[in-house]
Amino acid sequence: MSTDSSSAASSASNGAASKSLADVSANRASHRTPGNNPIGSGLEARGVHAWFSKHHALSNVSLDFAAGTVTALIGPSGCGKSTFIRTLNRMHEFIPGAAMAGEVLLDGKDVYADGIDVTKIRLQIGMVFQKPNPFPSMTIGENVLSGLKLAQIKAENKDDLLEECLVRSGLWNEVKDRLDAHAGGLSGGQQQRLCIARALAVKPKVLLMDEPCSALDPGSTLRIEDTIVELAKSITIVIVTHNMQQAARVSDYTAFFLSDGGPGQMIEVGPTNEIFSRPSDQRTENYVSGRFG
Amino acid sequence: MSTTEVKPLRPWAITPKQMIPSALIFSGSFFITLLVLAFTPLKGKLAFVVFFFLFSSLANTIYSVRKRGRKALGETVAASLIFGGSLIVFLPVFSILFTTVRKGVAGLHLTLFSQSMANASFLDPVGKGGLLHALIGTLYLILIAMIISVPMGIMTALYLTEIKGPGSRFIQFIVQAMSGVPSVVAGLFIFSAIILTTPIKASALAGAFALAILMIPTVTRTSQEVLLLVPSDLREAGLAMGATQWRTVATIVVPAARNGLITATILGVARIAGETAPLIFTLGGADKINLNPFKDYNSALPFYVWKGLSLGTPESIARAWSGILVLIVLVLSLFIAARTLGTQKMKK
Amino acid sequence: MSSAVLPGSATPKARQITTNPRTSDKVFRGVVTSFGFSALVLLTLIGIFLAVRGFQTFSTEGFHFVTGFKWDVSTDEAGKITYDMGIGAMLVGTVLVSTVALIVGVPLSVSVALFLTFYAPARIKTLLVSVVDLMASFPSVLFGLWGFFVLMPMATYWAKLIYKYLHWIPIFSAPQPYFERSPFIAGLVLAIMIIPIVTSVSREVFAQTPLDRVQAAYALGATKWGMIRAVVLPFGSSGVVGGAMLGLGRAFGETVAVYTILNLVFRPNWHVLFGAGGNIASLIILKWGEATGLETKALLAAGFILFLMTLVVNMAANFIVSRTLKSGK
Repeated sequence: MSTDSSSAASSASNGAASKSLADVSANRASHRTPGNNPIGSGLEARGVHAWFSKHHALSNVSLDFAAGTVTALIGPSGCGKSTFIRTLNRMHEFIPGAAMAGEVLLDGKDVYADGIDVTKIRLQIGMVFQKPNPFPSMTIGENVLSGLKLAQIKAENKDDLLEECLVRSGLWNEVKDRLDAHAGGLSGGQQQRLCIARALAVKPKVLLMDEPCSALDPGSTLRIEDTIVELAKSITIVIVTHNMQQAARVSDYTAFFLSDGGPGQMIEVGPTNEIFSRPSDQRTENYVSGRFG
Repeated sequence: MSTTEVKPLRPWAITPKQMIPSALIFSGSFFITLLVLAFTPLKGKLAFVVFFFLFSSLANTIYSVRKRGRKALGETVAASLIFGGSLIVFLPVFSILFTTVRKGVAGLHLTLFSQSMANASFLDPVGKGGLLHALIGTLYLILIAMIISVPMGIMTALYLTEIKGPGSRFIQFIVQAMSGVPSVVAGLFIFSAIILTTPIKASALAGAFALAILMIPTVTRTSQEVLLLVPSDLREAGLAMGATQWRTVATIVVPAARNGLITATILGVARIAGETAPLIFTLGGADKINLNPFKDYNSALPFYVWKGLSLGTPESIARAWSGILVLIVLVLSLFIAARTLGTQKMKK
Repeated sequence: MSSAVLPGSATPKARQITTNPRTSDKVFRGVVTSFGFSALVLLTLIGIFLAVRGFQTFSTEGFHFVTGFKWDVSTDEAGKITYDMGIGAMLVGTVLVSTVALIVGVPLSVSVALFLTFYAPARIKTLLVSVVDLMASFPSVLFGLWGFFVLMPMATYWAKLIYKYLHWIPIFSAPQPYFERSPFIAGLVLAIMIIPIVTSVSREVFAQTPLDRVQAAYALGATKWGMIRAVVLPFGSSGVVGGAMLGLGRAFGETVAVYTILNLVFRPNWHVLFGAGGNIASLIILKWGEATGLETKALLAAGFILFLMTLVVNMAANFIVSRTLKSGK
């Protein structure tokens, strides 16, 4: 497996502003082909619909996330991308009046099947939210390991796990001397990487990221993007983003969502460089070329 | 679109099939509890509830642990405790309502609402005399307390929401502190500030003063909540048309909050209708009808109950129960009125 | 900042915006403002009147008024009245009864608040919230009646059981096996009476738990209870403390219900199951009917102390609650 994809990505991200999106993504994903990457787990959505009470928010989305790939979901606000990502790990059902239809298969098994323990699903499909949300009453170390406590999982060697997760989320060097400090003292970007470390500690097979950088400054955003690229070597990632540059920099595949007043739909999906260079749908082209959205 | 055939589903909702184990657990515990009560010396409704709760939580815990593993243990035990705690809280409420109705109805009689206790004693059999004097006294008390505290409460709320003067945070704090003044202290205050100091002696008026002190914070806080719900663009619209603040408040803000302000008043009345302690110092306590609220001793429903309770004979206690039934019906209807107005407001 | 470096280009001062409101508005603002301060005036007057009327007691009895356990008014042969008045026993009793109320009432309130916020289905929730509010508007004399005739027979039996098995713990011992009208039973009734306020404050605080933290916990595979323990309780605990203190203020000042149930005795009693206790508010109505002269003033002084106690507890409670609610926004 190629390891220079990440360095290619970071160098690409530095010069991204001057290049076209297609060039950026071509640099990024040229060596990666799904299927050759036997890591993480595949996630597949089949005919997913979502409702909020009477409001039909998402219509008939079928999308296959191959193991070990990064898929970006792009599209204008209100097109159902966030709703979609939340149906994947069953966070959608917390909204009163929510309903859905279709199937979500994790390693071939429907996560909505009768008698499934939903907490086990969420352990396997982790999530990082828009706003960094560490638990303020816990220290940095406790935050990272909080998932173990919450799900009552026993870890063999907590210190190793703690270090591993913080290293993978790119935060280790910054916090290794103050693991007992409260998480509130970290900057926004550090808090978000802490949340990523927290999500990683329960060893999920898939990581969902719902606009993880939208509340962060550009510098922190780049650091998170590096982390994502690094993580993609070992885990399946789905990321919702408003930022097309970001989609181009980090993802292997891109799916474009749009709502024409009715429920949100997926317009098209494909390898990221194709979506940005020669999309098959006119609406996608309008969006990626910045004509609307 | 072809999406019309797809039906919204809630796969996370509990299906009837999933409810079968729970139903089995609960009916099983029910029968075991019956057996335990039948074959052991433990008896009574309370024992039934306690054992039913213990057996069903135990069975539920074992079932979940077997099904979902050890991590369900804490979850189920916590849920059982939370549910059991709530049960303990709601049992007395129903016991209180049930007892009041059962014992109160026994004391109802023909002359209850047509006579006072002028020609009867609390120790007489229940058929004699009535609580008309107390009902009239309570109406006077409520009316006068309303006349004092509704304008004061609403004005204070207007100060907190419309003027937002430099002291409003402090006043907010004071109003909150005032709502914690014990009712007995309010009574003592009126006794020492009015009855000892001014020509006003123990009467419905003095009693109403004491009740008003308790009512003002309730009216203020509820009014403040509803005034805050009035959208600020309504206020700005008024001011932008060149209206004075006074005209804006009087013609736009207050009418928009009208239902809520009425609710605030009703809640205030419900707060004071059952107060006994302050009346002990301020009302005097008469046994006959006194139509003059400004002079001479008067009575009130809670006072009537209190008198019956303190005399302690079976007849007087029967009178107390019927008095409390009348009082509870009054409080309950006020409460329902406030709720209905409140929900109407929200639906709009 | 940069303007400070450049001489001569100081930041312009913000212009003072003034208006000359019309007379009607001046009157309006004046009237409303004076009403706004009426609450302050009333509260101050309550303190002043009770303190002034009770002053004679404070000056003659001194600190003994708070620490003394006797309440005697006796007339000797010469017709001279001597007073020996102290509310010490009543203070001890107030604290004891209120402590029982808190120990029983607060955990129950928290469980109801958790049940209503996180477990109950929407319809049951609306109904039960109304029931809790209704509970708050029950007259205290009703709690007294019910407590005396319905709860006391049961609670006396419980007290006997506790005594039988736990009498080796000092607080559960009793000098005589008399368990009716005890601080324990009065505390149980008070617990029921403070549950509505503690529950509604806890519920308000729990409902303010930041949603993103709740979701973070669920997304980590937490069960409902796991989420509550990791997120809701750490966030809401200080609000619950505030709510409990509001309940404590209620418990301090409760009069009629406690008076009905408690056997008032003028000696300090720490045996919670034993049928002897005290409560300042009950003392006031117990002695009011027969009190004259200096004794009335002493009762007003007792009222002043009760007023101060509840005021301090309430202010602290409101401060804590409002701070917690703000931190969630």
